[in-house]
Amino acid sequence: MTDAVNVPIAADVDVVTARLRGRELAAQAGFSSGDQTVVAAAISEIARNILMYAKRGEISLNVVTNGDRQGVVVVARDQGPGIRDVARAMQDGYSTSGGLGLGLPGAKRLMDDFEVASLVGQGTTVTMKKWRHLKG
Amino acid sequence: MEVPILKQGLYLIASIQSALTDADLSELREALIQRVGKFRARGVIVDVTALDVMDSFAVRTLRDIAHMARLRGAETVIVGIQPEVAFAMVQLGLTLKGVATALDLEEGLAFLDRHAQSRLAQGKGRVEHD
Repeated sequence: MTDAVNVPIAADVDVVTARLRGRELAAQAGFSSGDQTVVAAAISEIARNILMYAKRGEISLNVVTNGDRQGVVVVARDQGPGIRDVARAMQDGYSTSGGLGLGLPGAKRLMDDFEVASLVGQGTTVTMKKWRHLKG
Repeated sequence: MEVPILKQGLYLIASIQSALTDADLSELREALIQRVGKFRARGVIVDVTALDVMDSFAVRTLRDIAHMARLRGAETVIVGIQPEVAFAMVQLGLTLKGVATALDLEEGLAFLDRHAQSRLAQGKGRVEHD
């Protein structure tokens, strides 16, 4: 892993910072502008989830290489209330905050890999990746 | 980051200059709804060309602006959604159902002109109440 970027999330301006950093990193890693926007949109949703449910947390951004693929890895961590029913939270339109309920399922659709680990009372970690093939 | 709102004839034009926070978007909504009354505007254009991302909050706020403005007698059109932004919106499952969109400012103005004319033709213009 190289170029790790950590963005603390505690205010709505941090959501913008996180998605701009994510876009920069994706650009540096050679992703198309379409994929840069996709990564930025996914980060925006996940970062807002941190604010809404946990109040604060952190997003770390990394570039990894795996064989002939290069990826942007986004890890969003918080020590918030956790998600009681992850399977339900992954359904479109399910929200406990009065939002649109598109945050997690929407971000999952934008990214290639998507994992949620959550413990009630301890917090949530979302790990999501976008890959691109390196041209040989 | 405040969004400048220009008045052009009966229309208000809000042109977003950079990435906006949720609070900035909410402020834009309040400012536009207030100004529709203050300037007796018939149309609102929100130019999102410079917006980096349209996520669920941005889409909800734009939809709210359009619906609130309509309740105040003004039609809204969102212009300048970039191709990558449109792609990400669709992937996220976001739509702007019930909200007019146009390619750019020019098309947006043409849309509002056509809309105003058809309202007048149907006798729905406010002028009818005078």
